[in-house]
Amino acid sequence: MIDKLKIDSIKNIVELDGVEKHFGEIAALDGVSAQIREGEFFSLLGPSGCGKTTLLRLIAGFEQPTKGNIAIDGSQMHGVEANERPTNMVFQSYAIFPHLNVEENVGYGLKRLNLGKDETARRVNEMLKLVDLDNYNKRPAHALSGGQRQRVALARSLIMKPKVLLLDEPLSSLDKNLREQMQVELRHLQRTVGITFILVTHDQEEALTMSDRIAVMFEGQIVQIASPQELYSRPKSKRVASFIGVMNFIEGQLLKDGDQNTTVDAGILGNVNVSPDQIPMPLNSGPVIIGIRPEMLTLLFEDRDRTEFEISGVILESTYFGDMTYYTVQVTGLKSPLTISMRNTAGRRVLDDGESARVGWGAESLVILKKSEV
Amino acid sequence: MNSNKNTLKVFAYSYLLFLYSPVLLLPIFAFNDSTIISFPLNSFTFKWFAGLTEETYLQESLKNSLFVAISTSILSTCLGLLASRASARYEFFGKKSILSFLILPLFLPEIIVGVALLVVLMQLGLPLSLWTVILGHTLVCTPFSIAILNSAFANMDMSLEEASLDLGETRFGTFKRVILPMVSPGLISSLLIGFTISLDEFIIAFFLTGTETTLPVYIWGQLRFPAKLPGVMALGFLMLLLSLVLLSLFEYFRRRMNRIVEDQSNVQFGDLFKT
Amino acid sequence: MMDRVKNWFSSDSSRGLTLIGLPFSFSLLLLAAPMLLILFLGFWTQDYLVLERSFSLDNYIEAWSEPMYRDLMLRSLGISATVTLATVMLAYPMAYFISFHGGNRKALWLFLVTIPFWTSYLLRVFLWKVILGYNGVLNSSLGWLGMIEEPLTFILYNANAVIITLTHAWAPFAILPIYVALEKIDRSYLEAAADLGDGPLKSFLRITLPLSMTGVVGAALIIFIPTIGDYVTPKLVGGKDGLMIANMIQVQFMKANNAPLGASLAVSAMGIVSIISLVFIALNRRWLRKRGT
Repeated sequence: MIDKLKIDSIKNIVELDGVEKHFGEIAALDGVSAQIREGEFFSLLGPSGCGKTTLLRLIAGFEQPTKGNIAIDGSQMHGVEANERPTNMVFQSYAIFPHLNVEENVGYGLKRLNLGKDETARRVNEMLKLVDLDNYNKRPAHALSGGQRQRVALARSLIMKPKVLLLDEPLSSLDKNLREQMQVELRHLQRTVGITFILVTHDQEEALTMSDRIAVMFEGQIVQIASPQELYSRPKSKRVASFIGVMNFIEGQLLKDGDQNTTVDAGILGNVNVSPDQIPMPLNSGPVIIGIRPEMLTLLFEDRDRTEFEISGVILESTYFGDMTYYTVQVTGLKSPLTISMRNTAGRRVLDDGESARVGWGAESLVILKKSEV
Repeated sequence: MNSNKNTLKVFAYSYLLFLYSPVLLLPIFAFNDSTIISFPLNSFTFKWFAGLTEETYLQESLKNSLFVAISTSILSTCLGLLASRASARYEFFGKKSILSFLILPLFLPEIIVGVALLVVLMQLGLPLSLWTVILGHTLVCTPFSIAILNSAFANMDMSLEEASLDLGETRFGTFKRVILPMVSPGLISSLLIGFTISLDEFIIAFFLTGTETTLPVYIWGQLRFPAKLPGVMALGFLMLLLSLVLLSLFEYFRRRMNRIVEDQSNVQFGDLFKT
Repeated sequence: MMDRVKNWFSSDSSRGLTLIGLPFSFSLLLLAAPMLLILFLGFWTQDYLVLERSFSLDNYIEAWSEPMYRDLMLRSLGISATVTLATVMLAYPMAYFISFHGGNRKALWLFLVTIPFWTSYLLRVFLWKVILGYNGVLNSSLGWLGMIEEPLTFILYNANAVIITLTHAWAPFAILPIYVALEKIDRSYLEAAADLGDGPLKSFLRITLPLSMTGVVGAALIIFIPTIGDYVTPKLVGGKDGLMIANMIQVQFMKANNAPLGASLAVSAMGIVSIISLVFIALNRRWLRKRGT
């Protein structure tokens, strides 16, 4: 969490200004601008082909932008080669040198600094300890597991004390359990070391877990930069909303009545008053898309359970996930069924297919989005 | 199904016998105490091998051949290294055509190559010597070098180079510390193959040697003299043994190359058709 | 502007061209230039030791119209074609055996197959002479076994001897590419074919053979094209009736002092071989397409 009192002294460590990258006819990046703050864990999130890896490689210096500027710690990076930049990268394949052992890999970048055998060994050991690989010094590269390679890659980059650490989908080749464990460890590592991390991923869960801020990218452009919470609850477009987690979409009408009072006609769900912060992008009256997360809808079991609004429906299907159950509910008057998630708390039963149900929700759970092509 | 397999098996062993038939004669006649190369055999002897040590002209030719073979292997490996590095790593104008042109010597009969080079050298007024042979051999060996090294480079992950640069190393440093070690088994294979091809190459050497001959040219000269033939058999047998040693080395380094990059691909003749 | 120049110099394209510059120049000098020169040489004339550089078609006319050269060319083509066919047809079952029935010992088989060829080519040809000769190994063995009364004479110093020797010499160059192509065939294709009712012969013809065609074509080309230019074998075991075009080319360049005629013979031979190869490749493609691969 960024301490609100420190906001004034926060420095932008990476500044992207109108960055474009064309490969022949194809525009991989179509005008990207952003400021990444020193010490934050920043993620670039998007589907394959959105340009996130291209952007990372431009920051690293493996390619030069076709247009626009990149500045790192105040210095312009135009024409600066990768080996001269204060950045280091953890590659998706980890790129561990197969002909060297662990300590030779980790100490690779130090060789040019001519620190002497003792100092180099000291730093290498310090780094190995940090990534939990003490005493792995003489292990050959081919004898390392996927998770161990990743740590060697991290150690190798961090030992160079970069201003920015770039990570290209570092967890994608690990199995689920290891991945979740590494997510926690990476986050912890970043906090310990205090270096700015820029992570590229297509896995929204990963981004949400680890990041201070996330930039969502589609088709070569950044469409939203926000903290995980804000991104989840106040997505700026339907596309972002469906990319992050699951969301129900209902067609409605926005009725504006001055700047303070805004009402949404949600069809069968009724007329609802919403506050300005539930409308992330400025919208005029007219057709809109109303979004509501599955966990914001609830099934009312007992007669005495009440919520602000309520409608009735029929359970079509239920899927059990251990800690949660997802229901697909057909509500009279709505074209598509709603997805509702319920925590499987003690004593709560799972409803059967075909059972009728009462669906409850509150006005503050809605988010109003532009009705657009996507 | 089984009868098919058995017929095939019989065929395979017969074919193998066919392949070995001339070669099996080498040790037979090399140790045979007779100047006539035919059956029936006489007694066992080492004298033909002993006699080889007295043939000064043979030793000269051997030295020349070694000089030519070593030079050829080094030269063709260097050229092959440059070409396959360019091919594996970069895209540039005319790449496909240039590469096809570079492997063209594989598909030309050696006599054409020999004759063509001879004509050029004569037109330029250059004298024939071991160096002209080296040039001809290098032309013919470079395509093999390219095929072997292409495979070595193709197996190399490009992010290894980028990682080295990312960690602050220069391009030359990256070449020295990362690329070279990783393709070194391929380099050694290429050196061995160039050496072996050059050592046995006859036609181009025949056309392009001056006064100093190579071993195959020497052998060609000897084939007219019946008295010399058993000595030639002995020599041939020794060369077979040497080739076996070299072949085993080549195989060893090829396996090391595969192990280092943890890949199952094989450098095969078929790779020559992949460009 | 300077920026763009600087950009190009450090770009991939310029680096690639620089690297390949050396080997390419080497090839241009030692391959392209000589080839062009040979091409031109065929259009010049030589009188004893004097080279007349005016354009003339005399040599090509002589090369194509003189019965001696025509017969030699046809014989060379015939021998090349026969050798290619024989070598490939013998090599294919061998490669098939190693690939499909070699088990753990595939590498060993391949190793064994190549060992005989690590001897000097000259010696091998000479040894075939020893085998096929009047008093040679074959004749003495057959005589000793009582299978013949008189030694066979049709096996040496003619085209037959050349064909036998070359079929032996090219064996590994056929076995290896065919083996590589066979290895690449996913065995589950054959299992699927069997599952759908094909017997072993049918699945071989419908699946294995077409899929291994690239190896067969590669082998054929690598044998056919250079064989035309073989010098050693015809010289050693061909006698008079087994000589090939390369022997004549050498004579023209050396003893006969008629380099232009030699050049025109060489170019004609290469031209014919290239055309035949291209036709072969095209026909093969059509055959493959018709079979629906």
